[in-house]
Amino acid sequence: MSTAIPYTVEVRQDTGLNNVKLGIWLFLASEVMLFGALFASYILLRVGAPPGTWPIHGAVYLNVPLATINTAVLITSSVTMVMAWASLVRARQAGSESLGKYRLFMGATVALGFVFLVIKYFEYSAKFHHHLGPHTNTFLAIYFTLTGLHGLHVIGGMAVNSYLLFPGSKMWRTAPQQFINRVEAAGLFWHFVDLVWIFLFPVLYLL
Amino acid sequence: MSAHGEHIDVDKHVRTYVLVFVTLLALTLITVAISYLHLPLLPAVALALVVALTKGSLVACYFMHLISERKLIFLVLAFTVFFFFFVLLGPWLTEANQVGAGL
Repeated sequence: MSTAIPYTVEVRQDTGLNNVKLGIWLFLASEVMLFGALFASYILLRVGAPPGTWPIHGAVYLNVPLATINTAVLITSSVTMVMAWASLVRARQAGSESLGKYRLFMGATVALGFVFLVIKYFEYSAKFHHHLGPHTNTFLAIYFTLTGLHGLHVIGGMAVNSYLLFPGSKMWRTAPQQFINRVEAAGLFWHFVDLVWIFLFPVLYLL
Repeated sequence: MSAHGEHIDVDKHVRTYVLVFVTLLALTLITVAISYLHLPLLPAVALALVVALTKGSLVACYFMHLISERKLIFLVLAFTVFFFFFVLLGPWLTEANQVGAGL
C-alpha cells in the first residue's frame, strides 16, 4: 500500500484543488483564529483598562521608526517570495532547469526575514535595558505576546523557506510541479505572516 | 501551467506584484503620517483600520492569488471570517451579559 499523499500535483475532481493548496488554506484559517483570539484579548484589555493605565498610543513605549522599517522589510520579503514562485513558473514554461533566479529571490526572502528579526531583537533589547517587560503593565504584556508569537511565525517561515532554498530544491529535478506547489504553499504562509504584521503595526505602535 | 491547469502570464503577474509593492509602501507611509495628526481615538482607529484593510486585501488578493482562487477556498474563508468576528465580538457579548447582575 502506498503511503504517498495523493493529489499533491493533480487537481481533485470534487474540490477543484490539489491537496497542497486546500491544506495550507485550512491551516491558515486556524491561524486566523489564533491571532483573532489574541486581537480580541487586546480589545478587551484596552476597553476594560482603568483610566490612565493604558498608554495614549503605543509610541509612548515603542519605537515607531524601527517598526516602520520592519513593515517595509516584511512587505519587500513578500514580493521576493512571490517572485521566487514566479521565477519557477517562468523556468518551467521555458523548459529551463536553472534555479538561479529562484535562489536569488528565495535567498532574499530568508535574508529579509533575518533582518526583521534583528530589528526586533534591538527593539526588545531596548525595552529590557529600560527594565520594561511583559510584567510592567497590561499593554506591554499583550505587546510581547502578540509580537513574540508573530516572531515565532517568522522563524517558522524562515525554516521552511531555507529548506526549500537548499535541500528541498532537489525536487525541482524530479518533480518540478510538486516543487512549485510547495513553494506556493510556503509563500501563502509567508504572506500570512506579513498580513498579520500589517494589522499589528498600527494597532500596537500607532493607536 | 498552474496547479489548476491554466496558463499563467508570468510577466503580467510580475508587473502587478511591483505595482502592489509600491502601493503597500505608500500606504505604510500614509499610516504613519496619519498617526502624527493626533486625531481623536475613534477617527484614528477607523482610518488606521481602513488603511490596514486595504493593505491586507492587496496582499491577500495579489500575493496570495485570492483574486483568481477556487470557490472552495472562499467557502473556507467565509467560515473563518464568521468565527473571527464572533471571537472579536466576544468581549462585547460578555460585557452585555447582565443576567443575574441585580441579584
